[in-house]
Amino acid sequence: MAYTEDDLEKELATKEYKYGFYTDIESETFPNGLNEDVVRAISLKKGEPEWMTDWRIEAFRYWQTMEEPEWANVHYAKPDFQNISYYSAPSKKPKYDSLDEVDPELLDTFKRLGISLDEQKKLAGVAVDVVMDSVSVTTTFKKTLAEKGIIFCSISEAIKEHPELVKKYIGSVVPQKDNFYAALNSAVFSDGSFCYIPKGVRCPMELSTYFRINQAGTGQFERTLVVADAGSYVSYLEGCTAPSRDENQLHAAVVELIALDDAEIKYSTVQNWYPGNDQGKGGVYNFVTKRGLCEKNAKISWTQVETGSAVTWKYPSCILKGDNSIGEFYSIAVTNNFQQADTGTKMIHIGKNTKSTIISKGISAGQSQNSYRGLVQINSRAENARNFSQCDSLLMGNKCGAHTFPYIEAKNKTARVEHEATTSKIGEDQIFYCNQRGIDTEKAIALIVNGFSKEVLNKLPMEFAVEAQKLLEISLEGSVG
Amino acid sequence: MLEIKNLNAGIEDKDILKGIDLKVNAGEVHAIMGPNGSGKSTLSSVVAGKEEYEVTGGDILFENESILELDAEERAHKGVFLSFQYPVEIPGVSVTNFIKTAINETRKAKGLEDMPASDMLKMIREKSELLEIDRKFLSRSLNEGFSGGEKKRNEIFQMAMLEPKLAILDETDSGLDIDALRIVSNGVNKLRSKDNAVIVITHYQRLLEYIVPDFVHVLVDGKIVKSGGKELALELEEKGYDWVKAELTA
Repeated sequence: MAYTEDDLEKELATKEYKYGFYTDIESETFPNGLNEDVVRAISLKKGEPEWMTDWRIEAFRYWQTMEEPEWANVHYAKPDFQNISYYSAPSKKPKYDSLDEVDPELLDTFKRLGISLDEQKKLAGVAVDVVMDSVSVTTTFKKTLAEKGIIFCSISEAIKEHPELVKKYIGSVVPQKDNFYAALNSAVFSDGSFCYIPKGVRCPMELSTYFRINQAGTGQFERTLVVADAGSYVSYLEGCTAPSRDENQLHAAVVELIALDDAEIKYSTVQNWYPGNDQGKGGVYNFVTKRGLCEKNAKISWTQVETGSAVTWKYPSCILKGDNSIGEFYSIAVTNNFQQADTGTKMIHIGKNTKSTIISKGISAGQSQNSYRGLVQINSRAENARNFSQCDSLLMGNKCGAHTFPYIEAKNKTARVEHEATTSKIGEDQIFYCNQRGIDTEKAIALIVNGFSKEVLNKLPMEFAVEAQKLLEISLEGSVG
Repeated sequence: MLEIKNLNAGIEDKDILKGIDLKVNAGEVHAIMGPNGSGKSTLSSVVAGKEEYEVTGGDILFENESILELDAEERAHKGVFLSFQYPVEIPGVSVTNFIKTAINETRKAKGLEDMPASDMLKMIREKSELLEIDRKFLSRSLNEGFSGGEKKRNEIFQMAMLEPKLAILDETDSGLDIDALRIVSNGVNKLRSKDNAVIVITHYQRLLEYIVPDFVHVLVDGKIVKSGGKELALELEEKGYDWVKAELTA
């Protein structure tokens, strides 16, 4: 039976729709396929203003003329874009009455990550007692932010409540036609987060998706926009160390950061989506576009720990437009079994005295392939630009691969660009040495991997770092036989 | 404490140890000497439980129980310590973090809680003083960029922290200058007691001037061909290994 806009409107009228990405409404799935009508329907369903609908349609038209990129060092069966439903309730997790009903393997992982019982329940989709819910925490949290004039809400809410801000900045760093996946995301994005820090305000807490854990079911096409006004500071944490068993195979998110004059944004990500089983079956395709724009004296720092997904295609980048602006990229990418990751960064130096630092740590195990791909571009007017890149690869076993593709384009003679790269292997001798001191092999690998990743782990906010460390340990379990 | 009975072992298809018998009691220091390639390092690796080596015959008893089926870490938990001839580097892992992990993993295996941080700190302070170790050294990455002397001193420091029952020192003297040799030997001597035992594996007699053994064994071609008191080491130094070999064929 065809699903018409009328049906949609009817549904909208009868169902409560508060945050867009926080809903238990059943049968929220559109039929498969993508065309302008579907794009309009999404926009309508979300109750968006006309300019937003037009913006999506524009993106969709670009997308139709584009081709899926093939330059990345990954191999996968191309998704059939007409065989995907572009709107579904973001989180279709089963609901349980108690933890006893939840997959014990999942619970075991939660336990080892040190996730509290309450959080475990939320993550696994167990109905949580109202008293135990963190609603009050969230309320206090929102109040504190509101006092400072900070806006932190879903992007759907922002489109309605703060259209002037969204309109001004959305697509300003990642334009609709930037690339195939960004165009697709612009046309059909389901939801995401919006954050605005007013002039001169230092955000008093880490803005974290933890506070929205109920609503954390990341849609397939997430859209995030962070704007730090002049002289402000914010640290934003995305993702969750807990495994997300999302059934959506294709994920194409867009994250845009705008750091105005003298502002600083620190953006940390831990990604642990389903990587497929140990035979390489299933798993999420993660094609993400993340980019930040730095105005004068601004600073953007990306830190990422990537352990999940079957295929990762991701290059958090900085456009150093303003003079004296700073871009940083710290990354740990772990691949095991049959995972493939092609990740890195782009540092585009436009302003004078701009500086960038790239520290990338790739860890490959099993039969996985792990590639670093990075571009350092120094434009002709970027006097005294500086870049330092360090790309280290750690191999476990002899069936995996590590690849480094550094691109350097310097158009200004005063540029100074340094690139260092190392490749090492966890040796049997290292393992035996640890064993001899009473440290078993799993723990030994964890110790060696943590040592290898230390420079990046140190950049994560404290509580995140501890969890990330454990996550590395778990991701590599069983990788040395 | 340690009893090795007719031990045969090798790597891939090569036989290296061809019937070793050795008994080490608590409170004793044994030296195993022998020319290059005689199987000294193989013996220490096999006792410590390195997987690449295959035991083809005989048995190794530690405190009257066979340890052949135990993994290397399980032997370590029982109190077997090997000071490596070539200690490996582990970048990004500090000496302190490493030894803390080693101690707590050993405690965990025994069903004990982690050592309280204050106790750990106190112990680190005591042992580093004993071995004349600069505390700055303890925050450096394990063995990374260490001089030969620093690596060996670090091995003995770990031995001091782990307080093993049996310590095997594999060519601890190689790569040491005379000062480092003195410090390392002093450390070992201070750690000797009536409850623990030490096996010193060495090519030269020099180390035995500092760590005086109760027994000296000569290993040639995978067999202990001669055993005696500390004077045997001197005799070997004087006459060379050819003397033992000649005696064998005579």
